[in-house]
Amino acid sequence: MTCVHLLLTLVFAVSLGTPVEIQGPRGVPLTKKQFYVENKPFTCLDGSRTIPFDRVNDDYCDCKDGSDEPGTAACPNGSFHCTNAGYRTMFIPSSRINDGICDCCDTTDEYNSGAKCENTCKELGRKEREVLQKMTEITKEGFLLKQHLIEEAKKGHQEKQIKVTDMQENKKQLDEKVEVLRTVKETAEQPEKEAKERHLKAWEEQKAAIRLEKDKAKMAEAFLELDDNADGFVSVSELQSHAELDADADGTLTETEAQGLMGGAEQVDMSTFESVWPNIKDKYHSEVSREEADMSCLVSSEVPFGPHRWLVQLPSEAFYRYVTEKYSCTSYVSSSCSLFPYANPTVLWFTAAQKARDDFEEAEKALREMDDQIRNIEKELSFDFGPDAEFTYLYSQCYELTTGEYIYRLCPFNRVSQKPKYGGSETNLGTWGSWSGPENNKYLLMKYEHGTGCWQGPNRSTTVKLTCGKETVVTSTSEPSRCEYLMEFTTPAVCQEPANTDLSPHDHVEL
Amino acid sequence: MAVISIERMGLLSVFCVCLFFNSAFAVDRGNFKTCDQSSFCKRQRVLKPGQSPYRALLETLELSDSRLTLQLINDNNKVHLLLELYRLQGNMTRVKINELKPLKPRFEVPDVLIAEPPTEPLSVLSKDDNGIVLSLGAESQRLIVSARPFRLDIMEGPEVLLSLNSRGLLAFEHLHLRKDTQAQSDGAEVKESVDGDQQQDEGEKDEDGQSDKEEDGLWEETFKSHTDTKPNGPTSISLDFSLPGVEHVYGIPEHADDLKLKTTDGGDPYRLYNLDVFQYELYNPMALYGSIPVMLAHNTQRTMGIFWLNAAETWVDISSNTAGKTVFGKMLDFVQGSSEKPQTDIRWISESGIIDVFIMLGPKPSDVFSQYASLTGTQSFPPLASLGYHQCRWNYNDQEDVKSVDQGFDQHDIPYDFIWLDIEHADGKRYFTWDPHKFSQPKEMLQGLMDKRRKMVAIVDPHIKVDSGYKIHSEITSKDFYVKNKDGRNYEGWCWPGNSGYPDFTIPEMRAWWASMFAYDQYEGSMENLFTWNDMNEPSVFNGPEVTMHKDALHGKWEHREIHNIYGLYVQMATAEGQIQRSGGVERPFVLTRAFFAGSQRFGAVWTGDNAAEWGHLKISIPMCLSLGLVGVSFCGADIGGFFKNPSTELLVRWYQTGAYQPFFRAHAHLDTTRREPWLFGPENTALIREVIRQRYALLPYWYQLFFQAYRTGMPVMRPLWVDYPKDTATFTIDDEFLIGSDLLVHPVTEEGSRGVTAYLPGAGEVWYDVHTFQKHNGAQNLYIPVTLSSIPVFQRGGSIIPRKDRVRRSSACMENDPYTLYVALSPKKFAEGKLYIDDGHSFNYDAKKEFIHRSLTFANNALTSSNLCPDCNFLTSSWIEKVIILGASKPSKVVLKMDGKETPVDFEFDSSMSVLTLRKPGMNAGDDWTLLLQ
Repeated sequence: MTCVHLLLTLVFAVSLGTPVEIQGPRGVPLTKKQFYVENKPFTCLDGSRTIPFDRVNDDYCDCKDGSDEPGTAACPNGSFHCTNAGYRTMFIPSSRINDGICDCCDTTDEYNSGAKCENTCKELGRKEREVLQKMTEITKEGFLLKQHLIEEAKKGHQEKQIKVTDMQENKKQLDEKVEVLRTVKETAEQPEKEAKERHLKAWEEQKAAIRLEKDKAKMAEAFLELDDNADGFVSVSELQSHAELDADADGTLTETEAQGLMGGAEQVDMSTFESVWPNIKDKYHSEVSREEADMSCLVSSEVPFGPHRWLVQLPSEAFYRYVTEKYSCTSYVSSSCSLFPYANPTVLWFTAAQKARDDFEEAEKALREMDDQIRNIEKELSFDFGPDAEFTYLYSQCYELTTGEYIYRLCPFNRVSQKPKYGGSETNLGTWGSWSGPENNKYLLMKYEHGTGCWQGPNRSTTVKLTCGKETVVTSTSEPSRCEYLMEFTTPAVCQEPANTDLSPHDHVEL
Repeated sequence: MAVISIERMGLLSVFCVCLFFNSAFAVDRGNFKTCDQSSFCKRQRVLKPGQSPYRALLETLELSDSRLTLQLINDNNKVHLLLELYRLQGNMTRVKINELKPLKPRFEVPDVLIAEPPTEPLSVLSKDDNGIVLSLGAESQRLIVSARPFRLDIMEGPEVLLSLNSRGLLAFEHLHLRKDTQAQSDGAEVKESVDGDQQQDEGEKDEDGQSDKEEDGLWEETFKSHTDTKPNGPTSISLDFSLPGVEHVYGIPEHADDLKLKTTDGGDPYRLYNLDVFQYELYNPMALYGSIPVMLAHNTQRTMGIFWLNAAETWVDISSNTAGKTVFGKMLDFVQGSSEKPQTDIRWISESGIIDVFIMLGPKPSDVFSQYASLTGTQSFPPLASLGYHQCRWNYNDQEDVKSVDQGFDQHDIPYDFIWLDIEHADGKRYFTWDPHKFSQPKEMLQGLMDKRRKMVAIVDPHIKVDSGYKIHSEITSKDFYVKNKDGRNYEGWCWPGNSGYPDFTIPEMRAWWASMFAYDQYEGSMENLFTWNDMNEPSVFNGPEVTMHKDALHGKWEHREIHNIYGLYVQMATAEGQIQRSGGVERPFVLTRAFFAGSQRFGAVWTGDNAAEWGHLKISIPMCLSLGLVGVSFCGADIGGFFKNPSTELLVRWYQTGAYQPFFRAHAHLDTTRREPWLFGPENTALIREVIRQRYALLPYWYQLFFQAYRTGMPVMRPLWVDYPKDTATFTIDDEFLIGSDLLVHPVTEEGSRGVTAYLPGAGEVWYDVHTFQKHNGAQNLYIPVTLSSIPVFQRGGSIIPRKDRVRRSSACMENDPYTLYVALSPKKFAEGKLYIDDGHSFNYDAKKEFIHRSLTFANNALTSSNLCPDCNFLTSSWIEKVIILGASKPSKVVLKMDGKETPVDFEFDSSMSVLTLRKPGMNAGDDWTLLLQ
């Protein structure tokens, strides 16, 4: 069944009826008139049987192919031909004959239904010619624009290719430079590393010394605290007052236990206390609560001092900042967090290494940037911009359409998105997928896929339908199926070379 | 449509709605009560069969001509009940039990019965201390009232047909004051209805009555976060029925379950409580959108019905003494002669109201249908177009979309009659309005459809957006027509528009006002080809208990608890009335509803709610609609393709093939599904769907005549086989095939990848003709039918005549004047009969002015005759008889048309391989008297 009745719904306009000349049986096109000869037996067009001519259009279906009833609705598979003088001829399914609905603009399909049809062919023909004319003009101009686009694209393409070649040449040099600088850097870093290790070791030693010092001070303090009667000796009973030193955790420090801690002695003096102190220092609670020194930051396991990889990697200034901020030391070189300054030659090594590093990194960065640029251009060159690269100009452009609620944005070969007009976040309606037009011209549709997921549904996707136009513009958007968007987009890039169309009303489209 | 789209709702609703989505594509059972979670069901079910505490006080018997009253006393608590017995015309008995002196009136359901049922005289045959024997008039039927314990037995001859309270499960929680307000607390009160298992003593101990609440949910109960305050306390009722000799019971829709009801021992009873169940599960007794408390019992000898007229939450228990037995076990019983008689026991439990039961005694299936129809009315006679194909989707986005779908049908040459608009068409879900951007010119759109002789349905749901700028809301508010909450303020709940009010459709004035809103000058943008769909009328309340209204909400003086199951019926009633009124009473309405109750058949069509694109859902559509048909609702269908999820192409095609042979033929799809208009699946599938829709249209004359018959007699249009073959036990459980009328048998293909189906063709000595090939098959056999994707196994009964209109057009209206082809399928005795009904297809003139043609077509003695079944009817048609196809014929030497005393020869063709005789263009008007003679 042919579907030539697409424009039917336009049937509304008023026009004076033109007389319809019926030649031969009703509903037969000119090309088939020869098969219907008045008063001669009729053979079904599929050859299946022959019937008397009075059974043609007698409102009973005799032929399997429906050919005996071109002018009635009797056959389920018949078709009716309207001449539609002034407009285009067409076939309609014979089920539309006398169904009360005007299908043919020349009214010939409703000859016995009582439907009041008016002949609208002239009006339709005029409108169609106007539309065609307009379309032709647009196509013509669009096609010219397209030629220009193709030129531009060609030029651009060549330029880019040249550029890529140049860049690849440059890149080679950069590659070499980076390698040289890497060696320089590694050489410069060697003495730096050694110096750091040395320095670190020295610092560790100093730290141990400080710790020892502090322990001694604490011990002296404890001795004085314990020595309640200030006789210069700590006695068993004096020790007993510190129940926390209880070894068996029964809550009391017995005399025997205390004696045990004191190494069997009844009392000890300051120097003997040195041997007692290790036994009690872990448990000992000072009576005076003392501020914890900034030492805490050193004790903490997180402290990035010592042989920590950050030490070598972080630029020194950043390292200072890191330490001071993270560990709340008042300053990096505070009394308790003191890390003594590097000796002068060491600092020089550092400076040399740092410079080598900076140079290397700079070169590497330049190389990376170059790589990116090359990749971008190659990516662009790899896109399918149409048979003549006519779609190239759309690359890295974006086109917007504002509707009642949303602003839609199409960035060809990149993505489609939707943003509420009055605030709210953007929704991705799909990223570039592929050309997906029909086989004979895939460049009529673009598919954007894998957008933001829909609740209980698929990921959003958008089909962009391209039509010929002078302007490059998004003309409409819709969501025919949930989360599947359709965007109409005009561009000169799809304009075809206008054929020499003959717009005379008698140019049939006969199938 | 129940699913809630998070993206489209306010935050609050998102919160409450999220609870639904714990598991994808399966009901969240936790949202709905089990019997154990419904305190009265739990209380009642604790009571086991045994000696009834009720005694009939025979000395209180009063008998007027047709009404017998008698007091019953509960010996445990001394509360008196009043029993009323009526013999109703048409072989029915009505049993009513209420409290003799209730504290305040108990609710009796109005508006379901079409009239006070006419009675027949009752007479006392004998009476002694043990009981009374009453004559039920014809057929030696007697009703025996036993006094101690109280029970009723209906007998015919020596056979007990049915017994009431024979298991002692009559229970009546009488109204009483709460203990904290009643000094003389009576411990027997609860015991009265529920047995000693209940810890009644604790209730007595606890002076403030808290234990009532905590232990039993008597005065308050909580489900999930919802508390039901129960100011009237416990009010439930229960009664048992025993059916000796019965093994098959049917009905009590709506459940997604087999046609034959299962026993409920060890599980939950079948529940009747109209609920918006999100993604319902198959094969279980959970409540769904509608409730019809009617059960049919059938055996080879008799069909009976029980109609339990109660609109409160109801549970139905079924048990059977043969249920556990295998076929072999039953045979063994039979051989050994040791079998007890099979028996099915039923128990009805309702939360409140009174016991009001109609016992329909058949004896034939058709008798039960007419008995039930005499009580609640018949299927409304729909406009012819509504029997065509309906194209629906949530949502057609805008007028442009509607137009392009409409054009799609023409481009692909597929007929359809109605295109539907779901909730998005309205302005912010304010029903009776149109979205100003998407549907700014509704009349232009409707006119476009009218020009194609097509129609539209737009949804109007009963939840009304609370918005002072919305006319419907402000008028309902000013007229004080909203349902109230327990504190007397307007009840508000969440639904599609957000915060919504619910009109109190139980108020007649409210319904009249609602109806007036459909007038063309009230419903702006409406036209005569716009019809209505009532969804969400359970009512659905997203943030309510079990997604519905709180039971303690108030409809005037009655709690929602009392009327819940009838709310949806009222919505459709008022809407249909509005459509009738807008045309000055001339045009028939078309209204689709999701919720329903007994009597809903009078107001339009129902569908099986929000199903899913799964093969199981396709399959279940058959028993679901069959069950509805058995209890009056013939105009039933399921969403073609499945509402939720995307169907495979095969499933979609199979669903069209099934749906085309079910009464209400509508495709529908959820918002989140991909588009599925019939032409979106490639040319081959488009052709398959086109073909089946065309088959539907060709058969419209038959469907229409069946609906006329359903309207007149209550006979279901789509029927289980046993309705027409009541003595053939092989048919009793069949629910994968069905009959349309008596003459078409359909066995849809409902299995994925199916290569063949086995159809049972009933009727020993009968024949069936394949409607596609005309091949003849014998009845009483299982026939294996190889199938391809294009196959739809359909058979025409030998002995029938089916008129078709084989010229399929764009819409049913376009086919109005088209000629008929008569398909005459001869029985082995070369006999056939059928009917032809014709009217204008849309007005009430068939009723008001008798403007219709009703003809009997009979083939006997080699003559096909059309005779007038309604001589005083008056209607003219342009339709004529273009063809007669006689199946199972022998070759005549000539064929003559006898008409008006004249004889004219008729051309014919004979296909000897299939024995098909085709008469060419006899040409008589379809309304004329004529005879075609085969000589």
